[in-house]
Amino acid sequence: MRYSGLKVITEGLFGNKGWKPMWRDPAPKAEYDAIIIGGGGHGLATAYYLAKNHGLTNIAVLEKGHIGSGNIGRNTTIVRANYFLPGNSEFYSQSLKLWEGMEADLNYNVMHSQRGLINLFHSDGQRDAFVRRGNAMINQGDDAILLDREGVREHLPYLDFEQTRFPIYGGLLHPRGGTARHDAVAWGYARGADMRGVDLIQNCEVTGIDIEGGRVVGVQTTRGAIKARKVGMVVAGRSGQVAAMAGMRLPIESHVLQAFVTEGLKPVIDHVVSFGMGHFYISQSDKGGLVFGGDIDFYASYASRGNLPMVEHVMEAGMTLMPMIGRAKVLRSWGGIMDMTPDGSPIIDKTPVEGLFVDAGWNYGGFKAVPASGWCMAHLMATGEGHENARKFRLDRFKTGHLLDEEGTGSQHNLH
Amino acid sequence: MRIDGKGSVDRAAPVRFRFDGVEYQGFKGDTLASALMANGVRVVGRSFKYHRPRGVLTAGSEEPNALVEIIEDRQQTPNVRATVQEIYEGMEAKSQNRWPSLKFDVLAVNDLAAPFLSAGFYYKTFMWPRAFWERIYEPLIRRAAGLGSLSGRHDEADYEKAFAFCDLLVIGAGPAGLAAALQAARAGADVILADEGVAMGGRLLADSGQIDGKPAGEWVRDVLAELGAMPNVRLMTRTSVTGVYDGGTYSALERVGLHVAARPDLPRECFWRIVAGQAVLAAGAQERMIAFADNDRPGIMTASAIRTYLNHYGVSLGKRVTIFANNDDARQTARDLMAAGVEVAAIIDARPDAPVAEDCPVYAGAEVVGTKGRHGLTSITVRHRGGDMQIETDCLGVSGGWNPLVHLTCHMNGRPVWDASLAAFLPRAGAVPGMHVAGAAAGVFSTAGCLTSGAAVAVQALGVLGRKAVPMELPLAENAGYDILPLWEVKGKGRAWLDFANDVTTKDVRLAAQENFASVEHMKRYTTQGMAPDQGKNSNVGALAVLADATGRGIPETGTTTFRPPFSPVSIAAMGAGGRAEGFAPQRFMTSHSASVERGAPMIEAGMWYRPSYFPRMGESTWREACDREVTMVRGTVGVCDVSTLGKIDIQGRDAARFLDLVYTNMFSTLPVGRVRYGLMLRADGHVLDDGTTARLGENHYLMTTTTAAAGLVMRHLEFVAQAYCAGWDVRFISVTENWAQFAVAGPMAKALLETLVEVDLPFMGCGPVQLDQVAARLFRISFSGEQGYEIAVPARYGEALFRDLLARAETMGGGAYGMEALNVLRIEKGFITHAEIHGRTTAFDIGMEKMVSAKKDCIGKGAAARPGMVGAERDQLVGLRPVNDVAISAGAHLFNPGTEVTRVNDQGYVTSVGYSPTLGGYLGMAFLRDGRARHGEMVRLVDHLRKIDVLCEVSDPVFHDPEGVKLRG
Amino acid sequence: MRITCPLCGPRDRREFYYYGSEDYLTRPEGEDWDAIDAHLHLRNNPAGRVRDLWYHDMGCTSWLVVTRDTVTHEVFGAALVADGGVSISAKMKSKGGAA
Repeated sequence: MRYSGLKVITEGLFGNKGWKPMWRDPAPKAEYDAIIIGGGGHGLATAYYLAKNHGLTNIAVLEKGHIGSGNIGRNTTIVRANYFLPGNSEFYSQSLKLWEGMEADLNYNVMHSQRGLINLFHSDGQRDAFVRRGNAMINQGDDAILLDREGVREHLPYLDFEQTRFPIYGGLLHPRGGTARHDAVAWGYARGADMRGVDLIQNCEVTGIDIEGGRVVGVQTTRGAIKARKVGMVVAGRSGQVAAMAGMRLPIESHVLQAFVTEGLKPVIDHVVSFGMGHFYISQSDKGGLVFGGDIDFYASYASRGNLPMVEHVMEAGMTLMPMIGRAKVLRSWGGIMDMTPDGSPIIDKTPVEGLFVDAGWNYGGFKAVPASGWCMAHLMATGEGHENARKFRLDRFKTGHLLDEEGTGSQHNLH
Repeated sequence: MRIDGKGSVDRAAPVRFRFDGVEYQGFKGDTLASALMANGVRVVGRSFKYHRPRGVLTAGSEEPNALVEIIEDRQQTPNVRATVQEIYEGMEAKSQNRWPSLKFDVLAVNDLAAPFLSAGFYYKTFMWPRAFWERIYEPLIRRAAGLGSLSGRHDEADYEKAFAFCDLLVIGAGPAGLAAALQAARAGADVILADEGVAMGGRLLADSGQIDGKPAGEWVRDVLAELGAMPNVRLMTRTSVTGVYDGGTYSALERVGLHVAARPDLPRECFWRIVAGQAVLAAGAQERMIAFADNDRPGIMTASAIRTYLNHYGVSLGKRVTIFANNDDARQTARDLMAAGVEVAAIIDARPDAPVAEDCPVYAGAEVVGTKGRHGLTSITVRHRGGDMQIETDCLGVSGGWNPLVHLTCHMNGRPVWDASLAAFLPRAGAVPGMHVAGAAAGVFSTAGCLTSGAAVAVQALGVLGRKAVPMELPLAENAGYDILPLWEVKGKGRAWLDFANDVTTKDVRLAAQENFASVEHMKRYTTQGMAPDQGKNSNVGALAVLADATGRGIPETGTTTFRPPFSPVSIAAMGAGGRAEGFAPQRFMTSHSASVERGAPMIEAGMWYRPSYFPRMGESTWREACDREVTMVRGTVGVCDVSTLGKIDIQGRDAARFLDLVYTNMFSTLPVGRVRYGLMLRADGHVLDDGTTARLGENHYLMTTTTAAAGLVMRHLEFVAQAYCAGWDVRFISVTENWAQFAVAGPMAKALLETLVEVDLPFMGCGPVQLDQVAARLFRISFSGEQGYEIAVPARYGEALFRDLLARAETMGGGAYGMEALNVLRIEKGFITHAEIHGRTTAFDIGMEKMVSAKKDCIGKGAAARPGMVGAERDQLVGLRPVNDVAISAGAHLFNPGTEVTRVNDQGYVTSVGYSPTLGGYLGMAFLRDGRARHGEMVRLVDHLRKIDVLCEVSDPVFHDPEGVKLRG
Repeated sequence: MRITCPLCGPRDRREFYYYGSEDYLTRPEGEDWDAIDAHLHLRNNPAGRVRDLWYHDMGCTSWLVVTRDTVTHEVFGAALVADGGVSISAKMKSKGGAA
């Protein structure tokens, strides 16, 4: 069923009775050409691109709960391509281009909105670091504009330029950065994959990975054994536990990242604003809620909920930077489980087990990566060769020392 | 209208306030909602999506409709619940989400277009043409969405945060909470009793019941008097417990000044962190609606809210009220109204076997199937055994049963449990460690049951706390049963609202099911049910039931609902109290701060510290002029700079030397006493952590210097290495950063200056104690400028005096103070690194210091630094850069081979530091360049797109000034 | 979250700095990259009981091995790293057993 404004009107005239299910609920088959474990954004995108780019349609996505129930439904919806290390630059650049074509490609309005992202800096040294980043973005073919203090004031007049603890020196504007409606991304990919014949199997938890002679042959699930000679683990947040089923230890520690949304407000924040000194970032959703967050809670956790010290820190950061939000009331807070790697960059790679692939370690930047991650993971699973834009996301890079540490904080999982 | 003889507002204390520009009068004790009702105001807001006129639905913080803006001088607070906001003299409130006025709202046209605005319609359209999304569709959607408005001005008001500790936290002061608090307090436990209301008593204040033969209010007064007199009890009214966190930590929001005209001596709100040994949740229950056609008209309220307004505020919105219910409890509303002289037109009871003996018509087995009255209810249509009939009524009280307020029990991921007999979710036992649930929150709805249950859980809690309960006799109270027939929805043609605040109807939930959004989470996200300011309190269970019906499943199989903090919305300002302006982070000041400020030096942030940027002199109009002069001054005469911000760690013990050998790449055990050595420290992963000089003050006594930025990091690292890897070693250390003030004295006349103060007889990299009058000081011969340099350290209390003295002496010699800008240029000229170079991704190899990693010993990070990816020609290496033509270059620029295209794949490196060198008469840079050490003398193209710089540079060694170190040692 | 420091008693989580798994306590010497990988990067990362390292930054500056549950956030106990990560109560028990 193709969606359009006309369709919305004709359906509306007839009581909206004609809308079809957005995806089927098929029973799992005994065997597939490939299985993707994890029906989150990355898993669904992988399935979609396996079908679309590689013609592989006898595949299944196995999801423990319901599709989109992981971090794709629990994030601050920021989409950007402002990385500076080779290896990251090209990947996120590709991802942003895929975002820009996503609605047309999926025939689904994910409300990708390029409202512009501004990273603030607060010292000469930080300015130089952001200039390095901005230049890298332009060298990659993306966009970046250096704003001085007055330039920031033009865009964000509501910041506290006079009293804030870390004076605003300027900002790096990434005009193509922005936000998207997070759930819609999962639903759009799910619908697209389903239309191409992919089986999306919900409430189907993988309980074992079957390996024979060093190669994967299938998985055990709560809905029975399913055979496949290609299996992708795309379960960020639970990567360590799924990999353990294949006898692997991953360079990942799980952490909780909290985020917050306020009651609906008339438009007041137009951009995505990022305040590095306070680990604070904020945007306003189309519905009017201020969506914001900060750093992870810093301790390993699978609890999907956090504690007050970080809550208060985030609020304090908001109050020093933009005290006009003080009277907005926080409606809801939540916590997502983050796959934290020792260098803050992800993993898309083969594993020592033949036919078993891993897409993991998205730290707290997985949302914007969804399209490119799906694209590159599909390429890897279909061809057996890593995609050139994900060539540095190797599983063994920690052992060999070929790190991708954007923050420069070193081999400590929670510092990225 | 006001009902004489009812309510506890102070009729002798009139209060004037304004709503949408019209002045009204209420009484002290009124909420905005009760006062508006008393004045006959029915429409108080517009709905979120369809902009339908809405009136007050509830009498509590769960209110979904009556959200207003409270206007102050140049400031306003959006989305305030009129049902909670107490009126005060001169208060000004404004309706929101309407234009141009509450009565005539242009966007009410959305209501007519409702068939095209079904759940999730926006995912299916607005896609073409692509550019229209950001330019046309989205701006229109954004303008239409949202509720109230922020002022856009800084919130300058006061907010506070506080900690509290207790043995037992009792949440809710209704009958269960009061009984629990009394039981615990009499046993001597430290008790905090918190209630979100203005007065304690909960439903006892809103209902007309009796306790021990007296009006319940009298019993409440007696209990509060007893509790209030006990030193181990803290009573907190207007305090909503908002969240449950680990280890018995609860968050709570106290409304301190929100109900009074602005008073500068009161904070608006206080955000509490309460640490409780045990907790009793006695939050009560909330009445829920029934979905039927046009159930959202002004004048339709929950039956219990009508009772609250009547009994507590002495107000009735209706003159001719009807009740629609599926349980016994709502009968009390009808009885109270009739007793107060308000006409009750009918009770429509959905239960076929409902009792019919009341003083008004009762229709058993009947349902409301429609309503009329756009700006206020005028009539309802009732379907009963005899057919449909219309009843004229201006107020309809609805009761679909009661939902225990289980919210706080879900904050630690505990899911509530469905109870079919109560048709409600109950708390899961043990969902929160240390929390006991009592009264209506646990599904016990009678007053007697609440009292018993509250006292019983308090006894349990006392047991855990190790306290003996004192036997307590409970008073006599109402003990009625709770008979309910589940009724979620009256099926029919029109739109029946579930989520009033987000305008979600039963049709939306059914459409979600039709499109296979069959799980509760999918349905909620697709329809936005439960995402509005009332957090689904009024609609979650009903929506779940409708979804269950639509998908042919039972409620428990369909899923459970969960709740996340906060229980009710909390302002960012309250949770962020103290963070405003400079309060966000500590401010650290050097002892020379005021002396520098007196000299006009702009003070800039360096981490938490403030340091002088430069010291301007008469006639200088730019920072560069001052910086150039200061650099030249240091190179020519003498300069003084406060370097106290550098981390200083005093290390002592018989194994101190061995310890330093472990944490530094190079050897410190061989350092003679009275000497200083530069050291490089690696992280465990082999990258450079920090650098600095360490002096050996005695055989077993070292003083380590760290960079300003990494002082805390290094301290923590040393503690870890010592405690984790050096068990049994005799080594102790402590930070003395703030105990010593330290000043660099640098330049050809540095020694001459110091000799006017102390005896100076040190070799390069020597150190020793010196006597400065009566003060024991330390002198180090070290240099970060490349000139002959010393650092003199005194106990911090002498810092300011010494700084002023050194400056005075320097100035007589043609020298003076120099700031951070000059410091930076001096070190770039000399090729010294800072954290611009050791930015966390660099190795000793990258900065050309791999020889400093001693081959003779182990050190932290040594093995990791030898991994293949950490060394080798493909890595960027530190070099110096000079532009070929004498033009400016910039840090953050990238480097390319001349003739290649400026793209990522050709990137050869980047510039880390740049300064204009007055000494060499041109710009100098430090950069990391691919295989750079092998490329000295080559040309590279430096490109900074952002600053529009594109120049050729010559690659060189990073040390430009005095590469042999003659001046340093001279 | 509250942690009972063996030296200072029960304290709010905000007084502590978290480092990571107790794997950091096993420091390999030399250039055994597999051992370094295990020391710095690879983690069991269980959903359940863990022993991880916390620093009582705003207290006594002790490094602690904290035993806790990553799903419930329950804290079972804390011991000084300098004591080899053995909790004081466990040591007392073993001493008692020896006596």
